[in-house]
Amino acid sequence: MSTIQPNIEQPVSEEMQLVRRAKRGDDQAFEELVRRYDRNVFRIAQHITQNREDAEDVVQEAFLKAYRNLEKFQEQSKFYTWLVRIAVNEALMKLRRRKPERTVSLDEDVKTEDDSLPREVADWSPNPEQNYSQGELREILTRTIQGLPSGFRTVFVLRDVEGLSTEETAQALDLSIPAVKSRLLRARLQLRERLSRFFQKKASGDVASGDGDQ
Amino acid sequence: MKCSEFLNELTNYLDGALDARTKSELDDHLAWCHNCYVVCDTTRKTIEIYRGSELYELPEDLRTRLRSAIMSKCTAHKKSDPPR
Repeated sequence: MSTIQPNIEQPVSEEMQLVRRAKRGDDQAFEELVRRYDRNVFRIAQHITQNREDAEDVVQEAFLKAYRNLEKFQEQSKFYTWLVRIAVNEALMKLRRRKPERTVSLDEDVKTEDDSLPREVADWSPNPEQNYSQGELREILTRTIQGLPSGFRTVFVLRDVEGLSTEETAQALDLSIPAVKSRLLRARLQLRERLSRFFQKKASGDVASGDGDQ
Repeated sequence: MKCSEFLNELTNYLDGALDARTKSELDDHLAWCHNCYVVCDTTRKTIEIYRGSELYELPEDLRTRLRSAIMSKCTAHKKSDPPR
């Protein structure tokens, strides 16, 4: 299985050259920015909205908003970080529209202390993901990450899936660096705990099936 | 070092964001505390599995369709609000 490599390792100057050309009205340069980041924006949007149609809308709306507001981009951060911030806000708006009965924000469910302390410390079998088919693994990973509160899920996705730095994640989500670190720790520990149900070694040395644990 | 102190530093430890002295204290703790070793190791695996998971990939045909829709909306916007 190949590793997702987020498209953020390009030299900043090259990205900024495209941005400046786009600001001057060069639509081909803007289209190149779309090509660079559309996959990333789609993944982030789908992780937040958990809905494919909403994620497609978010991709369109985020890029269109970026296009319309390009003049306001001050070039203090990477264009990608600025774009992610727009996309996260669009995705959260979708989520609010779809679930109006709930207040959805990045502050949701941010409890303190013991909620993430590990309870399950059984070791995992070696390469546990190989004990499941691709479809089963996808289902396990999707269900597990969808169970996280959105404030934790978003930080985990930006930091660990998309590979943004702690500082970039803080900028994109308008959070402090300690808040990003604290949410990331809890997100990682909660995911680990939940995946342990599927991946832990059994006493006999067999692999846990995950059945009956839900 | 207590296990709770180790856990508080786990994210910095996994991200390589610690000074040498703190890292060495955490390494010492891991050497004798099996539970923390397992938590640290399986948390690292959790991150690796998600990073390589390819959940929510954008299919090429949909990607082309979305890009074309974005660019035609951009063009329409430019026509309605030309730069001065």
